[in-house]
Amino acid sequence: MSWLAGVLAAGARGLTGATVRWCDCAPEARQRVYFANHTSHLDFVALWSALPARLRTLTRPVAAKDYWQSGIRRYLAVNIFRAVLVERRTESHPQHQLEAARHSLDLLLEALANRDSLIIFPEGTRGDGLKIGPFKSGLYHLWRQRPDVQFVPVYLANLNRVLPKGEVLPVPFISRIAFGPPLQPAPDESKETFLREAREAVCALQHA
Amino acid sequence: MNLNLDRQMLWLVEGVVGGLMAASLVGFFLSRTAKSDSARATVENLNARIRAWWIMIGIFSIAMLVGPLGAMLLFAFVSFLALREYVSLIPTIPADHRTLFWAFFVVTPLQYWILYRGWYGVASIMIPVYAFLFVPMRLVLSQEVAGFLDRAARIHWGLMVCVYCISYAPALLILDVPGYKHQSAKLLLYLVIVVQLSDVFQYIWGKLLGKRKIAPLVSPNKTWEGFLGGIGSASLLGTSLWWMTPFSPLQALAISLMITLLGFAGGLIMSAIKRDRGVKDFGSIIEGHGGILDRVDSICFSAPVFFHVTRFFFVTHANNM
Repeated sequence: MSWLAGVLAAGARGLTGATVRWCDCAPEARQRVYFANHTSHLDFVALWSALPARLRTLTRPVAAKDYWQSGIRRYLAVNIFRAVLVERRTESHPQHQLEAARHSLDLLLEALANRDSLIIFPEGTRGDGLKIGPFKSGLYHLWRQRPDVQFVPVYLANLNRVLPKGEVLPVPFISRIAFGPPLQPAPDESKETFLREAREAVCALQHA
Repeated sequence: MNLNLDRQMLWLVEGVVGGLMAASLVGFFLSRTAKSDSARATVENLNARIRAWWIMIGIFSIAMLVGPLGAMLLFAFVSFLALREYVSLIPTIPADHRTLFWAFFVVTPLQYWILYRGWYGVASIMIPVYAFLFVPMRLVLSQEVAGFLDRAARIHWGLMVCVYCISYAPALLILDVPGYKHQSAKLLLYLVIVVQLSDVFQYIWGKLLGKRKIAPLVSPNKTWEGFLGGIGSASLLGTSLWWMTPFSPLQALAISLMITLLGFAGGLIMSAIKRDRGVKDFGSIIEGHGGILDRVDSICFSAPVFFHVTRFFFVTHANNM
């Protein structure tokens, strides 16, 4: 199915006309967690297709189960993009939420244990494309468990204009994808500092 | 409308290819002799531009060989990419989304389809009348009133410049000039050659002699030397190509002067928009040149007037005599 993946990647690049920039970071084949701002359902496809083909096969996006779990979406997510489908936080019981979060973290760690890289959107939900929301703590826990993996900030611009929240038909705006230098957290970094610096690293790419 | 590969057209193609080969040779020679870093950067950009010219002329030639359909498809695609660069640069809000979808996927193809069918009467009012009324109608359905007039005006202006004005270039194919039957493809070539070479000559004269800036607040690269040298050289070239047009040499001079001046104005106007938005180029799709819109801005402003002047003096007026 890799040819279909290639076709989809080319289609996504054509549609979003993305200009890709690597700033102080090279597209190397080492294990990474790419974390980006989230404004559109196209985000992970766009980010994934911005990677060179040899890295794409090693990189799995993390996507919301409720959106990608049925029909053609599920087929694309599971078979083509090899997405890791995780539960989003819901309004359910706090105990259940905690369990769901642990389960999601386990799934991500499992993927990393298989030497795959990940694409993750730590805001958890799509923003309005103007302001980047606070990061959820999953990114921090991931780093605590696997400090050996590089955490690479990515900024996605204009994708919310291609397909804003609630729209089905895309408008072909030119989008921009900027990869930044990997985070270099201190070994004993606190959760708040780690998440704040991770978010600032993404914000810093806005004008890259 | 019909495209004939007559002898004049072959001469023209040979001239263009010969000119490009000469340019490539000069570029190669300059890259060997450039000493300082800034000179090297300039020569590198020059060679990138020349390489891009080979590709652009290749694509253009293939489209013209395919026939009117090829030309329409090519310019429709150019409009699509230009509109995309335009709306990516100007501010829009999510409430504009569906109107923009119509602009890209309905208005743009429709304009070129109507032209391809040869329905001049509809093509000439499609965007000034129908799209002008449709854009605010579709926009008002979003029920977002903030900046309503600005938003409607921006979208309409983009459609006018990127779709309507550009479509006047292939519209030349449906002009039926008496005594010039089945040759109107040469009018399109004439427009593109004179206007694009005017840009090239302005660039060369500006690089060689440019000192006094014309409008430094709008475009720091445009100088009086480049302007006068470029417009002058391109007008002379346009005059010397009179034999491929229905114009006399003197008429060719006047028309070349008109379209090169309009092309210059187009470049300046698009620069003002870029400057306002804080960018240098509309895009990066053409190596060394920037975006599509950076390359065709002069066509946007010269094609409609070239079409209507030719139509008035050489079609309507000629038929009434």
